[in-house]
Amino acid sequence: MVKQPPIDYIERTQKQYEALGYPSYQWVYNDTAIALAPLKKPLSEAKLSLIASGGLYTRGQVAFHYKDDLSYREINVLGRAEDLRATHFAYDLAPVRKDPNVVFPVEPLKRLVASGFLGALAERAYTFMGGIYSARKVKDILAPALAARLLSDQPDVVLLVPA
Amino acid sequence: MCLSSALSITRAVRPPRASFVDFPLGHTSGRPHALDEQIALMSEALKGFEEMTHSGDIKTLPFEWQPDHGWKDAVMRPAAPDGAGADSDFRLPRLDTPQYQFESDAEAADSGCPTCVFLA
Repeated sequence: MVKQPPIDYIERTQKQYEALGYPSYQWVYNDTAIALAPLKKPLSEAKLSLIASGGLYTRGQVAFHYKDDLSYREINVLGRAEDLRATHFAYDLAPVRKDPNVVFPVEPLKRLVASGFLGALAERAYTFMGGIYSARKVKDILAPALAARLLSDQPDVVLLVPA
Repeated sequence: MCLSSALSITRAVRPPRASFVDFPLGHTSGRPHALDEQIALMSEALKGFEEMTHSGDIKTLPFEWQPDHGWKDAVMRPAAPDGAGADSDFRLPRLDTPQYQFESDAEAADSGCPTCVFLA
């Protein structure tokens, strides 16, 4: 069996853009890691908030669009799983449309709460549309809005799941 | 914590904690309808909240997509003249109108949606 290192998506994107004649994409390189907040209580007592960038929405909500969509959706994790939908321009949607848990792991997180491994899952999860071309707009507009919203939910830990 | 399947991007962004799973994009938290594996994957990832104490740490999760890593060859590579690899490009046009999974979702959508937050 042939083993390979993880795919270097930055390199492959650059080569793909080059082959298509697009200008090179300016990836974000942070000089230092974002400060880490130590856990204040064991995971078995912690409340987790989920954020996912795979373009998930629920039936009844306005779907995301594909051109630098800076909006987000609140999704109640107690809602019906069959009402979850996924839309995105850049990844294979077949698996997520079979089972949203592949990029929006509500069911496994609920099971971990039921088993006592995790304290609680915040009722409101947040979703947005990854692949926003402008990293600056994400940093200046979307991320602060999501962070402020999350703080009002008072989670102990936050899990971000990109697709 | 960020749960990621794109190690190079995560290393560049440097979130405070990350768990890396070497699965194809679109499967960050597992395979469809494989709940036991999804639970095992999430518990390994979440343990990282307690295990990682240095800013920028990345924990590699002990899961493998397939024993043979050949699936990585075609990802985001231009199609070969014989058409090989052509299925690896899933990108769709960057349309600026809502893109619903089902047409009926468009009819069901509430334009005043209280749980949709539109930012300038």
